[in-house]
Amino acid sequence: MEKKINHPLQKYFRGPINYTTCPGCGNGIISQAILWAIEDLAMDFDKFAFVSGIGCSGWIPSPSYNTDVLHVTHGRSIAFATGLKLATPNIKVIVTAGDGDTSAIGGNHFIHACRRNIDLTMICVNNQIYGMTGGQVAPSTPYHSKTTTTPYGSIERPFDLSQVAISAGATMVARWTTFQARQLRKSIAKAILHNGFSFIEIISQCPVQYGKVIGKRNNAVDMLMDYKNRSINVRKAKKLSPDEVKDKIVVGEFIEDKQVPELTQEVKRLRKEAVSRCQK
Amino acid sequence: MINNSKTNKTDFLQGNIACAEGAIMAGCKFFAGYPITPASEIAHHLSKRMFEVDGTFIQTEDEIAAIANIVGASWGGVKSMTATSGPGISLMQENIGLAVATETPCVIVNVQRGAPSTGSPSVHLQGDILQSKFGSQGDYQIIALAPASPQEMFDFTIKAFNLAEQFRTPVFVLSDSLVGHMRERVNFPLQEELILSERKKLEHYQGIHQKIFLDEEVAPMPVFGKGLKANITGSTHKEDGFRNVSDPKIMDNAIKKLTNKILKHKEEIIEINEHEIDDAEVAILSYGLTSRAVLETVKIARKNGIKVGSFRPITVWPFPEEEVEKLSRRVKTIIVCENNLGQLFPFVKSAACEHCKVISLPPKVLGTLYYPEEILEKIKEVI
Ligand SMILES: Cc1ncc(C[n+]2csc(CCOP(=O)(O)OP(=O)(O)O)c2C)c(N)n1
Ligand code: SF4
Ligand SMILES: [Mg+2]
Repeated sequence: MEKKINHPLQKYFRGPINYTTCPGCGNGIISQAILWAIEDLAMDFDKFAFVSGIGCSGWIPSPSYNTDVLHVTHGRSIAFATGLKLATPNIKVIVTAGDGDTSAIGGNHFIHACRRNIDLTMICVNNQIYGMTGGQVAPSTPYHSKTTTTPYGSIERPFDLSQVAISAGATMVARWTTFQARQLRKSIAKAILHNGFSFIEIISQCPVQYGKVIGKRNNAVDMLMDYKNRSINVRKAKKLSPDEVKDKIVVGEFIEDKQVPELTQEVKRLRKEAVSRCQK
Repeated sequence: MINNSKTNKTDFLQGNIACAEGAIMAGCKFFAGYPITPASEIAHHLSKRMFEVDGTFIQTEDEIAAIANIVGASWGGVKSMTATSGPGISLMQENIGLAVATETPCVIVNVQRGAPSTGSPSVHLQGDILQSKFGSQGDYQIIALAPASPQEMFDFTIKAFNLAEQFRTPVFVLSDSLVGHMRERVNFPLQEELILSERKKLEHYQGIHQKIFLDEEVAPMPVFGKGLKANITGSTHKEDGFRNVSDPKIMDNAIKKLTNKILKHKEEIIEINEHEIDDAEVAILSYGLTSRAVLETVKIARKNGIKVGSFRPITVWPFPEEEVEKLSRRVKTIIVCENNLGQLFPFVKSAACEHCKVISLPPKVLGTLYYPEEILEKIKEVI
């Protein structure tokens, strides 16, 4: 008789696991990291909701995760998630978004969610390119890269997304590459428990579209080895000069601030205040 | 918690405030918006009142976020609303399409200003009649109600919530700067007189292929956070929510079911106010504030023995095609009075189907009120 082995994360899926990502895509590693984090926390999956936008990263939860999933327009996932979280503060809302999703079309929603410190967990898949639409330059694509819309090399400097999040007021920020899957899993678990806006940036391989740009087409293993070689923990990086970290990927947990008031709790406070004022 | 709203009383209220109070009376618990003249008073008022009724108010970073927030909140199970003017609607359009496609009940108030671009923020124009219906991508149907007074701002906001809940769809309140800003008497209904609709909710999880979309009789909504494992996407999908963008039959089904959900219930949705139409030779079709000048005109005309009546769609969308067709068989001429260059006019003309003459009559100066004399002049010309 054929022995059937079930994947330990199978229970989180809405039917058979059927991802449509390209071979070697980093999205699979990220999806596992999210689900392992939830498994580690032993939390009820029904108490989670996922909101995603348009782009390859949107397919991480949608339609596969067997809980509430809202798949919305390009760049707007945070704005939908904000309304959802404000209306149902008792559920954990996780947003998965691409780098273009987050910092180009959705840049405004991104910085304002950081500023509001609303309790959302944002998983940003930074593959440094527009994957889904055919390898166009993103606001996070390295300077001078040749992409399908920058044939002469890009003439705009990229965003450092984690630094943007920190400046905008996010209260937990971490960055890992897909090579550090275990650390990523731990940071995601921390982010889920964090009572405020947490931003997890993942430098992730898109062997099809970004692989082309750096001469590693369809070569996920090389891209991962490159992440391994270039990653440097933020604690170490702090001791080095800017020149020494220039070509490195600074990873680690950047900040965790538990003092800032969280938005849905502020709303509760206002309700109490409003009612007591009326009664006076 | 304190009393939901002031009940059984009469107040002298601005249209926008009446709209905000109507929302509270309808059970709205979530407002998101971005400041814009002439709609801002709705936000001002609700920034205080929402918290008093255990609700939430958020001033978003832009209107794109405002519509996204109210859709998110609606999936969280609460009645939600936003209010803006034409430029804000332009920004919302993509997500209005998502609200239609995901069958999300919500109310969008458009206190119209008019003219392209920034236009003239405080001039009364009915500039967004077409963009309410056709502004978002693809084929879809929308419901839009046009109030003409603060009382109607109150009543129609409640009605808009009821329709949104009944048909699981976004509903417009199409006001304008004058109706939003004028002050008149508003009667609040008694709580027990109030009829409120609530969305049909999915009670229990029924497996991954549970039917939560695309029912012409309106599918139950799987509100989030209740273990119903909702599968929601703005892409074309099947009844269970699973996306399919390769099979044209599934796409066809999605578009037609969504459209039919509204069109098959036109009789329930459409409301028309007719006045002195029975023996009329000339009917004046108007909506919103314009209809008040028309009623005045009818009064004067009747005094002079001219057989004129008023035909006022309360529901601008879905367009009352059959009703206009019937009207066109009864009268010799329909004069369409709207404070724009004739946005609804082509629809009236096509519904009238050559049964009678159809004339478009914008006010002499766009953005000003009609004088009954200018309408009368036209009537005299055509009879
Ligand atoms: C309003 C709008 N503009 C453009 C698009 C087309 N579009 C889809 S995904 C995408 C970019 C995807 O890049 P990213 O957000 O980095 O996600 P990735 O696919 O790389 O995960 C674009 C431009 C769209 N869906 N909607
Ligand atoms: S295009 Fe890139 S990001 Fe998208 S699925 Fe393929 S490998 Fe992954
Ligand atoms: Mg990308």
